[in-house]
Amino acid sequence: MIHSLFLINQSGDIFLEKHWKSVIGRSVCDYFFEAKEKAVEPENVPPVLQTPHHYLITIFRGKLFFLSVIQTEVSPLFVIEFLHRIADTIQDYFGECSETVIKDNVVTVYELLEEMLDNGFPLATESNILKEMIKPPTILRSVVNTLTGGSNVGDMLPTGQLSNIPWRRAGVKYTNNEAYFDVIEEIDAIVDKSGTTVFAEIQGVIEACVRLSGMPDLTLSFMNPSLLDDVSFHPCVRFKRWEAERVLSFIPPDGNFTLMNYHVSSQNVVAIPVYVKQSINFFESGSCGRLDITIGPKQTMGKTVEGLMVTVHMPKAVLSVNLTPTQGSCTYDSATKVLVWDIGKLNPQKLPNLRGSLSMQSGAPKPEENPSLNIDLKIQQLAISGLKVSRLDMYGEKYKPFKGVKYVTKAGKFQVRS
Amino acid sequence: MTDSKYFTTTKKGEIFELKAELNSDKKEKKKEAVKKVIASMTVGKDVSALFPDVVNCMQTDNLELKKLVYLYLMNYAKSQPDMAIMAVNTFVKDCEDPNPLIRALAVRTMGCIRVDKITEYLCEPLRKCLKDEDPYVRKTAAVCVAKLHDINAQLVEDQGFLDTLKDLISDSNPMVVANAVAALSEIAESHPNSNLLDLNPQTINKLLTALNECTEWGQIFILDCLANYTPRDDRESQSICERVTPRLSHANSAVVLSAVKVLMKFMEMLPKDLDYYGTLLKKLAPPLVTLLSAEPELQYVALRNINLIVQRRPEILKHEMKVFFVKYNDPIYVKLEKLDIMIRLASQANIAQVLAELKEYATEVDVDFVRKAVRAIGRCAIKVEQSAERCVSTLLDLIQTKVNYVVQEAIVVIKDIFRKYPNKYESVIATLCENLDSLDEPEARAAMIWIVGEYAERIDNADELLESFLEGFHDESTQVQLQLLTAIVKLFLKKPTETQELVQQVLSLATQDSDNPDLRDRGYIYWRLLSTDPVAAKEVVLAEKPLISEETDLIEPTLLEELICHIGTLASVYHKPPSAFVEGSRGVQHKRLPGSAGSGESVESPDTGTAAAVASEAPPAVIPSQGDLLGDLLNLDLTPPTTTGPPPPSSGLQMGAMDLLGGGLDSLMGDESEPVITSRDRLGGDLGGSPAMGTGFGATPAAMPASFNAPVSSGLDDLFDLGGGVGMPMGAYSPPKTVWLPAMKGKGLEISGTFARRAGVIQIEMTLTNKAMSVMSDFAIQFNRNSFGLAPAGPLQVLTPLSPNQSIEVTLPLNTVGPVMKMDPLNNLQVAVKNNIDVFYFSCQYPISMLFVEDGKMERQVFLATWKDIPNENESQFQIKDCHLNSDAASNKLQGSNIFTIAKRTVDGQDMLYQSMKLTNGIWVLAELRVQAGNPNFTVSLKCRAPEVSQCVFQGYETVLKN
Repeated sequence: MIHSLFLINQSGDIFLEKHWKSVIGRSVCDYFFEAKEKAVEPENVPPVLQTPHHYLITIFRGKLFFLSVIQTEVSPLFVIEFLHRIADTIQDYFGECSETVIKDNVVTVYELLEEMLDNGFPLATESNILKEMIKPPTILRSVVNTLTGGSNVGDMLPTGQLSNIPWRRAGVKYTNNEAYFDVIEEIDAIVDKSGTTVFAEIQGVIEACVRLSGMPDLTLSFMNPSLLDDVSFHPCVRFKRWEAERVLSFIPPDGNFTLMNYHVSSQNVVAIPVYVKQSINFFESGSCGRLDITIGPKQTMGKTVEGLMVTVHMPKAVLSVNLTPTQGSCTYDSATKVLVWDIGKLNPQKLPNLRGSLSMQSGAPKPEENPSLNIDLKIQQLAISGLKVSRLDMYGEKYKPFKGVKYVTKAGKFQVRS
Repeated sequence: MTDSKYFTTTKKGEIFELKAELNSDKKEKKKEAVKKVIASMTVGKDVSALFPDVVNCMQTDNLELKKLVYLYLMNYAKSQPDMAIMAVNTFVKDCEDPNPLIRALAVRTMGCIRVDKITEYLCEPLRKCLKDEDPYVRKTAAVCVAKLHDINAQLVEDQGFLDTLKDLISDSNPMVVANAVAALSEIAESHPNSNLLDLNPQTINKLLTALNECTEWGQIFILDCLANYTPRDDRESQSICERVTPRLSHANSAVVLSAVKVLMKFMEMLPKDLDYYGTLLKKLAPPLVTLLSAEPELQYVALRNINLIVQRRPEILKHEMKVFFVKYNDPIYVKLEKLDIMIRLASQANIAQVLAELKEYATEVDVDFVRKAVRAIGRCAIKVEQSAERCVSTLLDLIQTKVNYVVQEAIVVIKDIFRKYPNKYESVIATLCENLDSLDEPEARAAMIWIVGEYAERIDNADELLESFLEGFHDESTQVQLQLLTAIVKLFLKKPTETQELVQQVLSLATQDSDNPDLRDRGYIYWRLLSTDPVAAKEVVLAEKPLISEETDLIEPTLLEELICHIGTLASVYHKPPSAFVEGSRGVQHKRLPGSAGSGESVESPDTGTAAAVASEAPPAVIPSQGDLLGDLLNLDLTPPTTTGPPPPSSGLQMGAMDLLGGGLDSLMGDESEPVITSRDRLGGDLGGSPAMGTGFGATPAAMPASFNAPVSSGLDDLFDLGGGVGMPMGAYSPPKTVWLPAMKGKGLEISGTFARRAGVIQIEMTLTNKAMSVMSDFAIQFNRNSFGLAPAGPLQVLTPLSPNQSIEVTLPLNTVGPVMKMDPLNNLQVAVKNNIDVFYFSCQYPISMLFVEDGKMERQVFLATWKDIPNENESQFQIKDCHLNSDAASNKLQGSNIFTIAKRTVDGQDMLYQSMKLTNGIWVLAELRVQAGNPNFTVSLKCRAPEVSQCVFQGYETVLKN
C-alpha cells in the first residue's frame, strides 16, 4: 500500500517526509519534478506517474503537492482518497492546510500521519477518533501542558474505534442541544455563445452541524426525494431505510460532518439562474479588441442573486483593458491575464454591464481562442433543484433539540463560452 | 509557540545540544528534545547519531513521549540494528500492559522495526496479541503479520501465523476481519500460487457481513478480495451483487469503484434476460457519473476506468454523453481522457452535440488538446457514417481558420475519411490544396501527398504539386519520401503521357541517392513492376484498398477482460495487465471474467495469458491510425505480380511504361536480336548506368522474357561490382537477427538485431518495431562498458517517429575506443535504448569474429617465433564436430572472417592449417586447425598470450565454419 509520503511546496521543496515501511530516498521525487517541469501549471501534473521501481500518486491541494510512493499494485483511488483525507485532517486540526501551518505543527502532523496509517493500511481516519488520540492544539492547552507537563496524546483507547458506530464517541453532553443542516447546491453548467445550455447538472451536499447529547437517532425526510439521481452517504446513514422509504435515518457523528452528497443530472431540467449577453471581439488590425458583457436574471425563483462575479482568462496577447462597469469593480491582472468583474447583488431593474476596449501587444496575431467566462453567484434560501426537507425527527433521547435547515445555491463550474 | 522553534539551532552544534537535553533529568525537557529530534527527522536530516540517547527515553509512562520515541525507532532501527536490541525488553513488557492501546502500540511498532534479530523476539508477543481479548489489539496484530512476512516470510510460515490470520477472517469484529483480509491480500500478492485466500461460500458470507459494518478502507479491502471469487452459479452471483450494490452509494470513491469492479465481474454470470440484469445495468450509471464531479485526480482515475467499462458494456453510459463534455479549466490530463470517451460514446443519436463540442474544443488554447479534438472529429466521421458529411464540413471550417496545427491535423484526418468513403468528398480537395505551403509536419505532408496521388486524375496540376515536393526530396522524412514515391507512381499510371520525367526522377532519387533501404526497396519494386508489366503495376499500385475499421485504439478483447477484473487498480490506469509492469510480483495470476453459466473454466488460461495479451495489444484488425504508409507496400507484398510473359501491347498506359524504358520494351516486341543492344544502351545511358536496374532484373530472372538475358547479366555484374554497398554481407559471417528486447519488456518496442563487420567497420544492425499503440520517437542508444570497448561511433539515426506497427532498420557503426570492462561471457554486451517512453536495457552477445581485423595475417617467421614463445599452458584445444568441409574450403571460409591461413602442412592425410588473427585491441591469436579427410571432426589448438579469449575465439571458429 502507501509506502512513503512527501509534502512538496509549489517551488519544489520537500518539507516533510514520512515513511511507513523502509525509508525511500528523496531522489524518487525527481521523476515527479520532471513531470512538474513538463506540465508548466501545477494543476496539470498527471496524478499517477510510473518510475522504474515505484509509482508516484500525487494530489495538488492548497498549493501543496501530497506525493505518495507506492511499490505494489494498489487502487489509485484508494490512495488519492486517502491523501485528500490527510489534507482534510490537517485542515480540520489547524484551520488551514498550508506549508506554514504544517511546519508550525510538524510534530503533531507527524504523529497524526503515524496514527492514520499503519504499514500502509489506513488505521484511523475519522476526525472524532483522531482528536481523542491526538488533541488538536489550542493556546490554552499548550499553556496548561507547559505548566503541568501534561501531553497532547490521549492515553485511552478511543471509544468509537471498535464499536459499530465508530464515528460517534460516547458520553457526549451539551447544555444546548441543536442540529442544523445546510443544503448547498452547486450548478455545473456550460452555456454556449448563443445562450443555449450545452450541459447542466447540480451537485448537492447536505452539511450538518449536530450537537446533541447522548445517542440520538435522527430521521430526516424530504418532500421530493425522487429528484435525487445519485446519492452517497456518510457511513452513519442506514442504507436499507433509504432504499425502502427514501428517508435518511442515522445516529449522527458529533459536530460537523457531511451527511450526504447528491447529484441531479442532466436528465432533469436544470434551472439556470442568470443569462449572460456577451461579445468579445479582437480586430485583425490595430491590435485591440472590444468587450461587452451584460448579465440578467433568468430563473431565480423570485430570489435575489448575490455575490455575482465574472472571471475571464484572456488570451496571452491582451496587455491591458480599459473597461467601465455600471456596477461593481473590475480588475485585470496582466501577469496572469485574468479579468475579474466583481458585481455583487444583481438588480433586475438595472442590469449590470461591462464594456470597453482591450489593448493588445502590437504586432501580435489575432488570438485564435475565444476566452470563456466563469460565473460565480450565490442565492440564499433556495435549493435550485427544488429539493426540500420536510421534517427531522429524533428518537432515543428525551430532550427537545433546536432544529434548522438552511438552503443555498452557488455556481460551481459555471462557464459561458464566447 | 509553534513547532518551528524545533528547527532553530545554536552555534555549538545541534547534535551536541540535543544529546545534552535528551539526558536531562527533567521530563519536560526530555520530551521537547525528542520533539526536536523528530522535527529534524521529518525534514530528512540525519539524526541517527542520537540513537542511544533517544532509546533511553523509552522507559516512560508518558504515552506521548513513548510514541515519539517509537517514531524515531522505526526510522532508524535499521541503521543501528545492535542498538535496536536494547529496545526489545520494553516492547515485550508493553505487550503485557493492561492498557490495550499500549499493547497495540507495542506490537505495531515492533513490526515496523525491520531488523532480523528483533523479529525473533516478536513472535511470542505477536502470537499473544493475535488472540488478545481486545479487538483493537487483534486488528493491529493482523497487520503486523503482513509486516513480519515482508521481513521474513519463512518465519511467518514456520510459526503458523498464516493459519491464525485465516482464522481471523471469521472474527466477530468487522474491523479485525477487514484487516485480516488486507494482510492476507498483501501476503498473497507475493505468493500468487498459495491459496491463502481460499474463498468459499461460507467465508464469502462472512466477508459480506463484515462489509456492512467496517470502515470505508476495510470495505475496499473486502470488495477487492470478493472480486477474486468465482461464484458457483448465477444465483450465488446475483445474491452477491445484491449485497454489494449499496456500496455504490458510498461517499468514498474508491469504495464505489471497487464495488463497480465486483459488479462488472459477477454480471458476466447473470443471464441477460434476467430482470435483475437490467436493473443492475441501470444502477451502475449514476455512481460512475458522480465520480466525475470529484477532485480532478479522482476524475482521472475514474475516466481511465470508464474507458474500459464503455468498451466492455457501452450500454451503461450511452445516455450520459454530456457529463464528458470538457470544461475549459479541467486539467489537461482530464480533458484528454474525456475526449477519448466522447468518441467511444458517439453514436448517430448524439453526434450533432458531440460535433458541436469538438468544434468548440478545436479553438481552445492547449495545442495537444486541440489536435486531439480535430482528430476526434475525423474519428467520428469514420465511426458514424451519417455524420461524415457534417464532419467534413466542420473540418473545412477549421481549415479556414488557417491555424497551422489545426490545418495540418485536419488534413491528416481527412485522408482517413477519404480512405473510408472513397469517391465521395473529393470536392474538398481544392480547398486542401490551397494549404499545401503551410504544411510543415511530416505526417500532414505525407497525408496531403497521399491525397494528391490517390486523386491524381481529378487534380489538374497534380504533377506540378508533386513536383514541388520533389525539390527537397532528401530533406523530407522517410514517411514523406515513401509517400511521394508511391503518389508519383500512381500519378504516372493514371496520366502516363505527361509524367514520365517525373517518375524517372523520383525513381532515381529513391534508388540511387537514398540511404534508406525501405525507400530503395520500394523504388526497385516499382521500377521493376513498371518495366516488366505495367498492367500488373496498375493492378498492384492502384489496387482496391481494404476499408479502415470504425473503431480505433480498441483494447484487444482478452486484455480488456483481464483489465475489467482489475478495475480500480494501477493496471486499469495504464491499461496494461499487472504482470506487464508490477515489479516484484512473482508471476501475477491472470484474471479472467467468469463466463456466463459455467463456461468460466474454458476461458481460463493462466499460462498463455501474458504473452498473448501483451503481444496482441495492438488490435490486429485496426489499421494504424497514423497514416497508411506501409499500406501500399503491403498490398504489393500480398498481391505479387502474376503476369510473367511479355505484356500485350494494347493499352495507352502500356505505351507510357514503354517510353520509360526507352525503346527497350518496344523493340522487344519486334526483332529478337536488336533489343539486346537497345536495352543495354538504355541501361547504360538514360538511366545513368543504374546498378539498381540490374538488381531489379537480377532478382527475378524467371519472370523475364528470354531476350532480356543479356542486360540482366550485365545488371548482375554491376551488382557484384557494387559489393557491399547495397548491403550484402561480404563474406564475414553475420548471425541472423535475434530478438534482443521483446515488446513485452520494451513497452511495445521490439528490438531484434545482429552484428556484422562490413568493409572493416563493425556494425550493429537492428530492426526496431513499434508494437505499442502510440508513436515512438527520440531514440538513442548507449552501451555499458564491455570487454573490447565497443561503443557507438555516432548517434542512433532514427529520423522519423516510429508509428504503431511500423518497423525500421537501423545500422550503426561501432568503434572500439569505449571504456573497457571484462564481461562474462567475454562477448557479452549490455545495451540501453531510450525512446520517448522509457529507457530499456537488454544484453546480447556479439560474434567474436567481428573483432578480427583485416591485417591479422602474421608473417611466417613471426608466427613460428610467437608460437614457440607463448607458453604451453596457454594452449587450449577444442573439437569442432560435424563440419563437412575440406581444408581449403574451411580456409576460404575463415579468411572471409579475417582468420588467415599462413601455412598448410599435410601429414598422414591430415591437413594442418596454421592460422592467425588479430583482435581489435591488438591481441594476437594463433591457431592450428587439423582436418582429417573424411572426418567431420576438426581439432583446433589456440595459443594466445591472453588465454581467456580462447574459449570465445573457438566459438567464433565454430560459428564461422558452420554457417
